[in-house]
Amino acid sequence: MTSETQSMAVPAFMDGDDSERKLAIICSKGTLDMAYPGLILANGALENGIETHLFFTFWGLDMVNKKTMKKLTMTSAGNTSMRFPGTAISMPQWMSWIPGMTKFQSWMMRKQIRDLEVPTVPDMLQHVADAGGHLWACKMSADMMKLELDDMFDEVEDIINVDAFMNLSEGAQVLFI
Amino acid sequence: MATQVIAGQEVAVDDEGFMTDPSQWSEEIAAVLAKNIAIDTLTDDHWKVIKWLREDYAVEGETATLRRVSTMGGVSTKELYTLFPKKPAKKMSYVSGLPKPKGCV
Repeated sequence: MTSETQSMAVPAFMDGDDSERKLAIICSKGTLDMAYPGLILANGALENGIETHLFFTFWGLDMVNKKTMKKLTMTSAGNTSMRFPGTAISMPQWMSWIPGMTKFQSWMMRKQIRDLEVPTVPDMLQHVADAGGHLWACKMSADMMKLELDDMFDEVEDIINVDAFMNLSEGAQVLFI
Repeated sequence: MATQVIAGQEVAVDDEGFMTDPSQWSEEIAAVLAKNIAIDTLTDDHWKVIKWLREDYAVEGETATLRRVSTMGGVSTKELYTLFPKKPAKKMSYVSGLPKPKGCV
């Protein structure tokens, strides 16, 4: 080793490179807008060397159901945070009932996401899995919706019950979305 | 702004040790930086990523995210995690003499 390298500090981001930090994210929503927070957080965690598990339950199963994952939608119904672009004016609730409005709003959001070069939900799931993230489906929800492992995105490792989730999330920080 | 002597050359670095002037970078510096983060040898696969990142930075003005390296640079996410284990985004930019990526994905 040369004298130069000795005078160099190991960068701070190397701290905790061997940390045991673990994150478990419960994804319980199946709308387009609520699918992303879990996926983006999972990606960020993985990029920081954190062991990451995603547990899809109830409506969250839509995110990994092969039939629905490409067709997630969102609506302004009951969502007063949905405003006319660039203003503080909430979209009137009656507008949500205009035929085709949900379809239009979902299309609009998908376009905005694409414009930011953020991947689609299936691509994002693949990216998270490739980065070493673990995907799990909830047994009770799958039973309710009559879904089996074959119906799920290929990277879903298994359908597990809450007991198994408790085991794998031991010592983890848990987020419910 | 702090400076460090790396491979016999004085270079500007930020608080986290990332180089702040990509023009001061050289392949010799990259080899030293890699050793500093426990990558003993830079293989051809490492160099492919480093060179693409620097070319992309020269055009875009910001460091590519992992997602961008995999879709545009042709090095898969899995491969990036193998080449630069645990914290690939930070490690690849550190060795390439670039700031860490700003984008979330």
